[in-house]
Amino acid sequence: MRLRTWGYFFRQAFLSLWRNAWMSVAASTSVAVTLFILGAFILLVLNINFIALALQSNLEIAVFLRVDTPRSQALALKQQMESLPGVKEVELVPKEQGLKILAQQLGEEELLEATGGVNPLPDYLRVRVEDPARIGEVAAILQNLPAVEKVNYGQAVVERLLAVLRWVRYLGVGIIGMLAVASLMLLMITIRLAVYARRREINIMKYVGATDWFIRWPFLLEGLFIGLIGGGIAAGVLLWGYTSLTYKIKLSLFFLPLLEDNTVLHYTALGLVGGGACVGAVGSLLAIHRFLKV
Amino acid sequence: MIQFFNVTKIYKGDIYALKDITVKIDKGEFVFLVGPSGAGKTTFIRLLFREELPTKGQILIAGRSITRLRSKEIPFLRRNIGVVFQDFRLLPDRTVYENVAFALQVLEVPPKEIKARVEEVLAQVGLSGRAHLFPHQLSGGEQQRTAIARAIVNRPRILVADEPTGNLDPATSREIISLLLDINRLGTTVIMATHAWDIVNSLKKRVIALDKGRLVRDDKEGVYGYEA
Ligand SMILES: Nc1ncnc2c1ncn2[C@@H]1O[C@H](COP(=O)(O)OP(=O)(O)O)[C@@H](O)[C@H]1O
Ligand SMILES: [Mg+2]
Repeated sequence: MRLRTWGYFFRQAFLSLWRNAWMSVAASTSVAVTLFILGAFILLVLNINFIALALQSNLEIAVFLRVDTPRSQALALKQQMESLPGVKEVELVPKEQGLKILAQQLGEEELLEATGGVNPLPDYLRVRVEDPARIGEVAAILQNLPAVEKVNYGQAVVERLLAVLRWVRYLGVGIIGMLAVASLMLLMITIRLAVYARRREINIMKYVGATDWFIRWPFLLEGLFIGLIGGGIAAGVLLWGYTSLTYKIKLSLFFLPLLEDNTVLHYTALGLVGGGACVGAVGSLLAIHRFLKV
Repeated sequence: MIQFFNVTKIYKGDIYALKDITVKIDKGEFVFLVGPSGAGKTTFIRLLFREELPTKGQILIAGRSITRLRSKEIPFLRRNIGVVFQDFRLLPDRTVYENVAFALQVLEVPPKEIKARVEEVLAQVGLSGRAHLFPHQLSGGEQQRTAIARAIVNRPRILVADEPTGNLDPATSREIISLLLDINRLGTTVIMATHAWDIVNSLKKRVIALDKGRLVRDDKEGVYGYEA
């Protein structure tokens, strides 16, 4: 195609966008909403993954001893554990310290009232492991040591988080699927209207021997623009929204690890723009397919 | 130049629009295609420029089968065939000039050449002074001249006209046909479907008569008549 022809294609595409301004805006907006939600879900999933990973690597095993275990045995156990393979460090938290922590959380008076002056807590040991992935194995070994009442390593939290992640994924795929179909249809309707508005012209073009691509390109460009604008808006809002949201979360929930990898963020945004272009191209090609069969 | 070999066209619902048509039209001929409404004239023309495919049989143009064309090749066939319709099919929001130029623009002809060719063809159909009027400002005859100009501006070897005078009064019809004869004299093969029997009879051109999809007559210097 000649350069002049491309000029013609772009003019036709913009003219048509302008003529169907409201439909174009509606289609663009719906593409934007769909892609924004897609992007938000992607970032949500990435973050939950990230948090689960961070939690896992910070995990330690809490080994609770029987309440009646003498301090000397507790100290001996600490040494025994430190010599075990896979164990990085062990810290003994005496029951007195445990009570102090509890008192801080509950308030001195209430605690005294509830316990009647007797410390109900056991000593416990905090065990950090060398390889977080093998935390379960180490925990099993510790469980079998004498005087050990209970072993807790927070795996349940991580597992629950991963289960939530699975559901978020299913939900995301479902919702995004439906929205994608809706915005694709809106886009197709827009292009169909544009084709319909120019059906006489198309007819004549076919009679005088214009190629199918010559007829297609303006509509393809029109769909592409609608998709690109939608994708652009989604990407922009997502970038802005995510940065300001993580900023706010960092202020209040400072302990929550969040994904702040700009590369990932930018790829996601770029992906949304690309996704918009795809929706636009596919939608318009589908829309004009039927009309060009003469 | 144009050859139909045992061409049958059956539309959906078992409608036989053409039955076993074999006919040969030479380069430079002027042919009337006559027959009552529903005889298959329009179908014949639509087969010619590959708007429809025959159900059976072969159609050759310049020795090439057009039924075997790939869809990519169809536009290039159509660049060699100009088409004119009863209802003109002009773009209402464009001037005479723009309507004619449009046919070249979509073929990516350079603007300078478009201007020269459109002016030339408008002079040929006698519309030079009307170039900047819109279709609704023209008489029926002038509208049809515009449509003819659009059909021949790319200098096709074949011009087909499907009842081009169907919407025109007898005097204007005669003018349109005399324009088509002029175009034919310059070497273009012209095939015209028509009802205007008085004109057909007076011109002594070849007449191909169809009735209920069958070829019922083919006279070198015929008169109108499918009843014979
Ligand atoms: N697209 C179509 N689908 C079904 N039947 C058609 C179609 N076009 C034409 N026909 C039928 O084919 C026959 C021939 O029609 P046509 O070629 O238009 O005749 P003419 O132009 O001589 O009036 C008629 O019976 C008509 O109803
Ligand atoms: Mg007809």
